[in-house]
Amino acid sequence: MLEWVLPVAFALVAAALGLSFWRLIRGPSLPDRILALDTLYVNAIAALVLLGIQLDSALYFEAALLIALMGFVGTVAFCKYLLRGDIIE
Amino acid sequence: MVEYVVSFLILFGAVITFIGSLGLARLQDFYTRLHGPTKATTLGVGSLLLASALYFSSRGTGWSLHEVLITLFLFITAPVSAHLLAKAALHLRLPALSQPPRGWPPAAMEMEPRDDKMY
Amino acid sequence: MRALLPHPLLTPILAAVWLLLNNSFSLGHILLGLLLGWFIPWFTLRFWPQRVCIRRPLILLRFIVVLLSDIVLANLAVARRILGRPAQLRPAFVIVPLSLETDLAISLLANTICLTPGTVSACLSPDRRTLLVHALHAPDTDTLVATIKARYEAPLKEVFESC
Repeated sequence: MLEWVLPVAFALVAAALGLSFWRLIRGPSLPDRILALDTLYVNAIAALVLLGIQLDSALYFEAALLIALMGFVGTVAFCKYLLRGDIIE
Repeated sequence: MVEYVVSFLILFGAVITFIGSLGLARLQDFYTRLHGPTKATTLGVGSLLLASALYFSSRGTGWSLHEVLITLFLFITAPVSAHLLAKAALHLRLPALSQPPRGWPPAAMEMEPRDDKMY
Repeated sequence: MRALLPHPLLTPILAAVWLLLNNSFSLGHILLGLLLGWFIPWFTLRFWPQRVCIRRPLILLRFIVVLLSDIVLANLAVARRILGRPAQLRPAFVIVPLSLETDLAISLLANTICLTPGTVSACLSPDRRTLLVHALHAPDTDTLVATIKARYEAPLKEVFESC
C-alpha cells in the first residue's frame, strides 16, 4: 500500500510547493510574500518527512527540525521589520 | 494493519497540505489567504509526522517519538507567525474584502510598552 | 524552595523535550534532562519573573481535548471553504472583548483563536481589553464572539486566573 501512496503524496506536496512559489513570485504585497515563504518552509518539512519514510532513514529529522526553527525565526524577523522598520533595536 | 494507518495518514496529510497551499494561491485578499496555510499546513504536516512516528516505531528498533517534537513546535509557532502576519498587514493597511472596524489598528500600537525593569 | 526551583512545571517539560530530542529513554539521558530542566529555568529566571500557576488540571485537560478535536474539524471546514467558490465567502473582522487579565492567559487565548475555526487573532488593543479577530467565513458575528468566549475564554480564565 505504501508503494503507491508515497508517490501520490510526493506529487501533492510538490504541487503545494509550486503553488506557494507562484504566490511568492506573484505577490502582490510584502505580507503575501512572507506568508508564501512561511508556507514554503512548512511544505519543505512535509517533503523531508516523506523523503525520510521513502528512504527509510531517520537522518532527515534533524534537517526538518532545523528548517522549522529557522523558518519561524525568519518569519518573525520579517514581520517585525514590517511592523517597526527595524529588527534589533 | 499499521501500514494501512500510516498510508491513510500520509495521504490525508498530503491532501491537507495541498489544500492549504491551494488556498494561498486561490483566495482573493490577504486576510482570507492567511487562513489556508497557517491552519491546513499545521494539521497536514502534523499528520505526516504522526505517520512517520508510527512507521519508524513499527520497525522493531524501539520507539521513535522525536517527530512529536516538530509537531509540538509547529503547533506553538504557527499561530504566532499568523498573528504577526495579520498585524503587519493591518499596519500596512492592505486592501481587504471586509474592512477592519473604525479605529483599528490603534495608533498607539506602534509603540508597545516595554518593561524596562526586566533588563 | 522558591529560589532553588523557580518554575516547577518547566523542569519536567524541558526534561521531556530533551528525551524526545535524543529519541532515547536511558537512565543517563533522564538524569541529564532533569539536570538541564533544573538549570535552564534557574539560569533564565530574570526573563520570566512571574510564576505560572495552574488550577483545576481536569478542566485544562478537557480544554486540550476540545481544542484538538476542534482543530481537526475546523481544518476540514476550512478545506471545504477553500475548495468551494471564493465568491461565497463572507470574511469579517470581529472585535472580541476580553475578560482575561494576565498576559499568559491572553496570549494563550490569541494562540487558541489562531489555531481554530477559520479565525486569526489580528491585533490586541494597547489597553489589553479587546482583541481584533479576522474570520474566514462569519455570516453571524455575534455567535462567533459568543462561541469564542464560552468555548475557549471561560476555561482559560478558570485555569490560569483563579489564583
